[in-house]
Amino acid sequence: MGLQAYLMLSAVVFCLGLFGTITRRNTVGILLGIELMLNAVNINLVAFSRFRGVDVGMVFTLFAICITVAEIALGLAIVILLFRTRRTATADHIDWLKG
Amino acid sequence: MTLDVLAFWVFAIMLVGSGLAVVISKNLFHSVLWLALALVSTAGIFLTLDAEFIAAVQVLLYAGGVITVVVFAIVVTERLVGERLSHTSRQLSAGLLVTGGLLVLLVRAIARAHVSLPKPELSGDLTRQIGTSLLTQFALPFELLAVLLVVGLLGASYFARPED
Repeated sequence: MGLQAYLMLSAVVFCLGLFGTITRRNTVGILLGIELMLNAVNINLVAFSRFRGVDVGMVFTLFAICITVAEIALGLAIVILLFRTRRTATADHIDWLKG
Repeated sequence: MTLDVLAFWVFAIMLVGSGLAVVISKNLFHSVLWLALALVSTAGIFLTLDAEFIAAVQVLLYAGGVITVVVFAIVVTERLVGERLSHTSRQLSAGLLVTGGLLVLLVRAIARAHVSLPKPELSGDLTRQIGTSLLTQFALPFELLAVLLVVGLLGASYFARPED
């Protein structure tokens, strides 16, 4: 398969993740959308790396995966903390900063 | 049709289908399970790009670690059976507009770009190359990543500590 096929696939998956992030009410659902978007970016990185014949992109993908894992752990810890203090996991109900 | 092309299409269809199910499924727990399938399909896509090591990391860290953590978070914040688990969507039309617009933009840009590089032949073991790069050229970022993971772990356990 050509490079363009991988880029198209990655674009479609990114847009799916963006759609989930915009439309979901539940904070965990929003995090799942972000996961999909990061995944799409990783496909791009690996595809470019393979087609250019250098391994730097793959090393970068490893970093991206590890940072995503740290991010999701912290994100879910915040969700659990919010649930404990506000008894809700819905993003619309987290409006403490509303003036 | 060669095996390479066939594998790409199978994994691509699995990835897009399960990705769609993640964002439109009515049940949060089902969403997470679909995400697991999407992440495993991505590992398959990495395999078609000869990146075996990345595919293994993807399955171990993402599909193994992330999914487990998300399932625990759902168990803590929702009831697994009953009304609470269903999660609805809002502002569907606005989301479709933004996402559709971005998709059209991206697809047009990719179609116009002249990026049809030929796939170069593999020069040696890719996993070995990645390992060498990690411990020579990228040694400092690699160590910083370890620090970041420790900080993230400590931060997460601090946030989620039991109330005193």
